This record gives sequence, structure tokens and C-alpha cells, in this order.
Amino acid sequence: MKQYETVIGLEVHVELATKTKIFCSCSTAFGGAPNSHTCPVCTGMPGSLPVLNKQVVEYAIAVGLATNCTITQHCKFDRKNYFYPDNPQNYQISQLYLPICRDGRIEIETAEGGKKTIGIHEIHMEEDAGKLVHDEWGENSLVDFNRSGVPLIEIVSEPDMRSAEEVIAYLEKLRLIIQYLGASDCKLQEGSMRADVNLSVREVGAAEFGTRTEMKNLNSFKAIARAIEGERERQIDLIESGESVVQETRRWDDTKEYSYAMRSKEDAQDYRYFPEPDLVPIVIEDAWLDRIREAQPELRDEKMARYLEEYKLPEYDAEIITGDKHLADLFEATTELCGAPKKVSNWLMGETMRLMKEADMDPENLSFSPENLAKLIKLVEERVINSSVAKEVFEQIFKEDMDPEKYVEEKGLKTMADDGALRATIEKIVADNPQSVEDYRSGKKKAIGFLVGQTMKATQGKADPGMVNQILTEILQG
Amino acid sequence: MALMSLTAVELGKKIQAGEVTVEEAVRDALAAIQSKESQIHGFVTVDEEGALRQAAKVQQLIDDGTLTGPLAGVPVAIKDNMCIEGMRTTCSSKILHNFVPTYTAEAVINLQKAGAVIIGKTNMDEFAMGSTTETSAYGETRNPWNTAHVPGGSSGGSCAAVAAEECPYALGSDTGGSIRQPSSFCGVTGIKPTYGTVSRYGLIAYGSSLDQIGPVAKDVTDCATILEIISSHDAKDSTSVEREDLDFTSALVDDVKGMKIGIPRDYLGEGLDAEVRDAVLAAAKALEAKGAIVEEFDLSLVEYAIPAYYIIACAEASSNLARFDGVKYGYRTQEYDGLHNMYKKSRSEGFGAEVKRRIMLGSFVLSSGYYDAYYLKALRTKALIKKAFDEAFAKYDVILGPAAPTTAPELGKSLSDPLKMYLGDIYTISVNLAGLPGITVPCGKDHKGLPIGLQLIGDCFQEKKIIQTAYAFEQTRAYEHSPLA
Repeated sequence: MKQYETVIGLEVHVELATKTKIFCSCSTAFGGAPNSHTCPVCTGMPGSLPVLNKQVVEYAIAVGLATNCTITQHCKFDRKNYFYPDNPQNYQISQLYLPICRDGRIEIETAEGGKKTIGIHEIHMEEDAGKLVHDEWGENSLVDFNRSGVPLIEIVSEPDMRSAEEVIAYLEKLRLIIQYLGASDCKLQEGSMRADVNLSVREVGAAEFGTRTEMKNLNSFKAIARAIEGERERQIDLIESGESVVQETRRWDDTKEYSYAMRSKEDAQDYRYFPEPDLVPIVIEDAWLDRIREAQPELRDEKMARYLEEYKLPEYDAEIITGDKHLADLFEATTELCGAPKKVSNWLMGETMRLMKEADMDPENLSFSPENLAKLIKLVEERVINSSVAKEVFEQIFKEDMDPEKYVEEKGLKTMADDGALRATIEKIVADNPQSVEDYRSGKKKAIGFLVGQTMKATQGKADPGMVNQILTEILQG
Repeated sequence: MALMSLTAVELGKKIQAGEVTVEEAVRDALAAIQSKESQIHGFVTVDEEGALRQAAKVQQLIDDGTLTGPLAGVPVAIKDNMCIEGMRTTCSSKILHNFVPTYTAEAVINLQKAGAVIIGKTNMDEFAMGSTTETSAYGETRNPWNTAHVPGGSSGGSCAAVAAEECPYALGSDTGGSIRQPSSFCGVTGIKPTYGTVSRYGLIAYGSSLDQIGPVAKDVTDCATILEIISSHDAKDSTSVEREDLDFTSALVDDVKGMKIGIPRDYLGEGLDAEVRDAVLAAAKALEAKGAIVEEFDLSLVEYAIPAYYIIACAEASSNLARFDGVKYGYRTQEYDGLHNMYKKSRSEGFGAEVKRRIMLGSFVLSSGYYDAYYLKALRTKALIKKAFDEAFAKYDVILGPAAPTTAPELGKSLSDPLKMYLGDIYTISVNLAGLPGITVPCGKDHKGLPIGLQLIGDCFQEKKIIQTAYAFEQTRAYEHSPLA
């Protein structure tokens, strides 16, 4: 069999985190009652006119700068004409002729550990459409325009990716950049980041690209990987059996792991793009560009380098923590309060990850405050509680952002000091367990572990294990 | 009923002075409409109840001294392509037969704030596409000077209602001459301001980059007064311009000494009716006699304005009118099989022939493979036309010419030959392409007794110069009331 190479380019739509829509002042909040976040503009009523939300331009520029794009300082919007009921004006305001960002690139790490540059053809701004809701009881479809006019940027890559791994690495990188910029939360499942995959195959060494297809409806990284694998095989099968790939748009069904043709190039729509006459050209002056450039936050790569240098974190920790903006923010805020970066990292990498996995949640949904984690770290450091109690307390912080000092006080979880009571308890345990004492004294030093365990049990875990060990040793050796 | 023969400003003065109540003025307008509509048909909707209710409110505000402006309490008619909250707005189309907006056009809000009382919505060519007001889905409007003739269009309802004295003034809109040409045909005065002067918010778009709202009234004083009120910088319209020279009434001065007036030779050539030419040149002479410096010059590119205009306006219209699809509001076909059939039938049944023609033309020129040859070329032509005007305005304060090549044609003679109808826009459309202000004032009549209009064109933001020139000319002749007034 011949050797084939997969050629992949991505079109990534990202919903921007503006409070209001791109062309009106309606809220972009997710989940309102149908059509509660609408006005004449975003429902396309006759006579209404769009007014550009400047924040959209700023976010688009910020993403463009972070992805090494050239910013089009005189850019325009265009109308893309097509009929569909979720599109209230039957045209979408988008950018074709002068997109805001062009010719960018980002670097990804390949599976082999090397680096690879993925080109960005352009980034353009546009408005989202509404949502069709099919009436379960009647024969009707209803339209909810809450999402209509929510700002999007579309990031179009060059066809530079060759495998699902590279695609995932590119998407991860893009997501982190955008999250770090605060331009979007980039949640694939909720649709605030959506990727369409353009894929073709060709024989290794071929100079020309093969015929590509575009795949839609990919709403998780896993689905993207499966869809790429499926489409690659489908195209190779076609070529091997002497047929040819048809340029078309396909819809991926992740449960059936199969894609269906939606429309071919022949019946592709002519969008009849033309400059949007209701909006004036956007002129991005140097001063504006400089201001945005100066306000760019620290991005992931810089942050990671700083964690190694400033906090002396192990590379692994730094990679995991900077792998999510919220986690990194939590780390820095907590470290600022308690001054113990490695301890903070341990709590985040250990217990936090474990509990998140148990609850099947994402880091961005973490709700505890840096203050409470810092307090907990101090309580352990000052030996007010021992580490096993600390884990129990942390669960409360994780779940309800409980103040650990209060909680420890109320529940009486403070470590027992050697105030005589602990010694008396231990003496009683020693008296009750002659066999273990015998074993210890006859050289089986491990027997002390059983006695420590008994002591911890008797004190409901509040004793400091080190202190228990010390007192026991004194008694046993004395 | 004598009140409707007054100008808006005269009526406003009487109301301020307490000689006439707002209710009397409104009842007078309603009575005039009642008695003349069977002959004129200038209105699509008359809001008697709303107008009387508003009259009482405005009267109170005048009485307590809140409203002191020149148009407070004066009734007005609004072209039916401007949205008014709670009032049916049809664009004279079947597809919007039941559309009641939840918002009001900014220009209308400005009038309301000044105490205007809206008596109804005027007839127009469907979606402002036409030059005769015959493409209205609700029947044609007739010319008050001779009801066998058209009033012009597309603001034919507004101009006929003013000429017939059904109301003292009206708002129209002008995309390619839709205020100036019917003003000429009906013997009234109308202004198309510089693009961006009056907010387009709430104006149902035909050609977005060309559309402007403007006043229609009996004289220049009224028009300047109305324009001063409706003009504003509106954050809701991105193409709205912030201007500080909106005191248009300050230009109502009878003085044209030293004013440089250019007459494009291109405007006096083939196709121009001899009686129209004579009347326009006589007007130029009258201005010259008052001290203006008048000369002829070559404007060039005039013949390219029509194709450029119809490509740009239709391209924008094909997109602007896409929203009328039977999904959200307006006309939806009775029976259909699936979504696309619903779209197709609703639009086929809801739009008239001229609108469909322009949507098809516009869709065609934007299609892949034709965009560069048509749309892009039209945009370049538009830029060249603007440049030709820039050069002319380096030499002249005002450009003078006819508003239309003929007087009003007879009813039923225009629609069968759309190309010929389009050619009738030759003197008005380049003004829209270049974004300039233009005014039409009556300057005579032809042998049939139909009015002839004089058009004065100014450079961008130079409304005052054309207002001043028009005002000075107006002083040389008395206003002629139409036979149906």
C-alpha cells in the first residue's frame, strides 16, 4: 500500500467574552429565557442599524498580536448573504476583504518533542447566529435570538498540520493564548470554541494537495481526533479503490463515529459578499495598537519560564499549573499570601486534581479562594493540624470555600499538644497492648507503627504523629 | 380648512400665539385628508385617534411653556418607510402589510420632541423603488396638479399630500432623487441633506449608502426649519456625522451677491424637455439679476451615474430586503412545503415586480464572478463622480440644474419601460452617489400647467449655501397652490 500524508487546516470560531453583543448593547450572558437578550438590532428588524462594540476589536487585536499576526489598520466589515431562519437579517456581518489580522503563526510541540510552526492565514470578526429549537409537540421550529449577535472571531490556519496530535496541540495552544488574554473561556462543549477541520490526503512526497473536505460539528478534542482518523481513512479508501474525493462539507456524528455529506461544492452557496454599508471602516491608529500591545498580559510560555525561575517549581508542576489560566491565577494568589510556592503547587497538583477528577470538573469551575488555601498551608506549617486532618479540611475548602481556621476550631481538630493527656493516652495504649510492646523490645521496631495507629485512633486523628512517635519511643525505651 | 394653506412655520406661529389650537390644526388636516384622499391617495395610514390624543398632550406642553419651537403642534405626515412605534409601517409593500414596529425612527423622534403631531403615513413606491409612486402595493398616488398624472416618486405620497394641502409638511427619503423629483412634479420644496446629516435609524433601508431622510414643504423657510430639527448626531447610526453647523435657518437670507453658480452643460443636453430647460435657465437668470455669478461648465461622467447607481442601490437592496422572508413578521404565504418553499412563495407573493427586478439585478451583480465587473466598477465610478463634483465645487458654491428631464408623466406610462424610467433620475442620482445635499424649489409650469422644479446642489455640508440660494430665488416668485389645495 502507498504511504499517505494527511494535510489539515483548521477554522476555529471563538466566542469573545464581551459583556454585550457585537452590534448592540444586549447581554451576551448564556442561558437566559429564549429571546430575553434581544433588541431590534440583533433580531434584524427593519430600520435597525449595527453599531460596533469596540471591545470586540480590542480582543481580536489582542489575539492577533499574541499569534504574531499583522494587524490590518484599516479594516472593514462585509455582508455574507444566505437565507436561514437563525440568521435574522438573512445576512451575517463578517469580514472577507480586509480581515483584522493576517499572516500569523504559533509554535506547537510535536509528539516527538520537537517544535513546529503552524501558520495563521487570518483572523476575522463576525456575529453569531441565533438558535433553532424544534417544537417537540408541534410541527414548528422556533428561533431563539439570544445568541444572535454574540461576537466571534474566526481563526483560519494554514494547512500546516499533519496529524490529529498536531491539531490537538494547536488547539490547546490557541485555547491557552486566548484564555490568558481573557478574550474567551474557550469551552468546546459549550460551544464558545468550535473547530471545523479541513482535511485532505496525498501520497507522501506529492507536491500538490489532494481534494479537501470540511468537517463540522466537532465539540470535543476526542471527537476531533476521531473525526480526523475517520476522515483520513475514508479518503484513503476512496483513492485506493480508484474513486476520487469530492470537495464537500461533512457533518461528524461522534456517537456513530461516521461523517455524513452535508453539501458538495457544486451546490455550495454563493454568499455574494460586499462591504457592509451600515458600518464605517475601522481605523486602528498606532497609538491604539500600542496601548493594546502594552496591556497584553503574560502569556503561558513566559509564565512557565517565570515559575521555574522565580518559584523554583519543577517543570512538571509548572506545566500543569500554567496549563490552565484559572489554576495559574489561583497558584499565584495563594503563593503571594503564604510565600510557599511548592506547598501551594502540591495542594493544586495533588488533592485539588484528585477532587476535581472525582467531581468531573474543569479547573475554571474551581470556586475556593486563595485566602483559605493559604490559611490551611499556614495551619499545617505551624503544626496546628497534622497533614491527614489538613486533607479533611481541604475537602471542605474545595467544596464550600470554608475558612479553615474556623472549621478547625469548631470541629476541635487541633493537634493534641503534649499536655499530659496525650502521654496518659499513650501509656494506656502501651499497657493495653503488651504483645506489641514485647515485639518492639525484641527488635521488631515496626511494631511501633501499630501503637501509633492505636493512638491516632484514640485521639480521633488529632495527635501529631511525630509527637506520638517521640513519646512512644521514650516510653518503650525507658 | 384655510389652516392647511399656511406654511408649517406660519401655522406654528399661530399656535404659539394661541390663535389656533393644536386640535384645530389637526382636525383641519384630518378634514382635508377626508375630503381629498379619494382623488389623491397620498396616505397609506391615517392615525386620527393617535393624532388627536397627541394634539392634547402637545397643547398642554405649549400652554405650560415647555414647547416653544416653530413646529410645536403642527401636523406632519411621515413617509411609510420610517418606523413609528405602534403605527403600522408598510413601505407600501404587501410583505409588510401587518408590520407594527416597536421603535421609532430617530428623525421622527426629533420631530416628536419638537412637538410635531403625526397624522399618518404617506404612500410611496414599494420600498422606495420607483419614480412614480405607482409601484405601491396599496394603489398609486395622484398628482394634485392633474390627477391623470403621477406625483413622482418614491416620496410621491409626501409631496402630493403637501401640494394638496392635506398637511403642512412631510418627511420623505431620497436614495436617488426620491425627495427632489416628486417635489419638482408636485410644485413643492424638498431637501436631500448631506449623507450622514439625518440619522437613518428606523428608516427601512433601500440603498444604505445612499439613503437620506429630508423635509418636504411649501417653501424654503419650512424646509430649513424642519431640517434643523430632524438633523442630529445619532450614536445608533454609525454613518451619522457629528456636525456643529446645523443652524440651517440662519441661511434664510435674501442675498446671492457674488455667489458662484455653475450649470453643468451635461444637464442641459439631449433628453431634457425644452419647457423645463427654459424654466431652469430663467431661474438662473433671475439669480444672476440678484448678483450671482452664473456660468456653464462641463461636469463630465454624468452618463455613468445611472448604471453605477442602479448597481450599487440594487446590490445593497438585494441584501437589505433579504430579511423579509415570512419568518418573523410580515406576509407569509398560506400554504407551503418546507422552509425553502415558504421563503420562495412568501417573497414571490409579497414583493411587487419592480422590487423583484431590483433584488434580482442586485443579486446578480454581487454574484461570484460578476462582483469585480459590476459592483467594484460601480464603486470606482462612484469615487470618480465624487471627484468630478469636488473639482466643480472648487470653482462654484452651488450647482444649478433641473430636478428631472420632464414634468410629471401621465399615470400608467412609466412602468412598462423601466429603463426609460431609470433615465429620468439622471439629474438627481449623482448627488446621492457623491453624498451631496440638494434642494428642489418650484420654478415654473409647462403648457399643461404641471410644475417644474429647479435643483440646487451643494458641496458636502454646504446646505446653507443651497438654502440661501433657493431662498433668494423663492423671493422672486409667489408660491402657487395646486388646484386641489
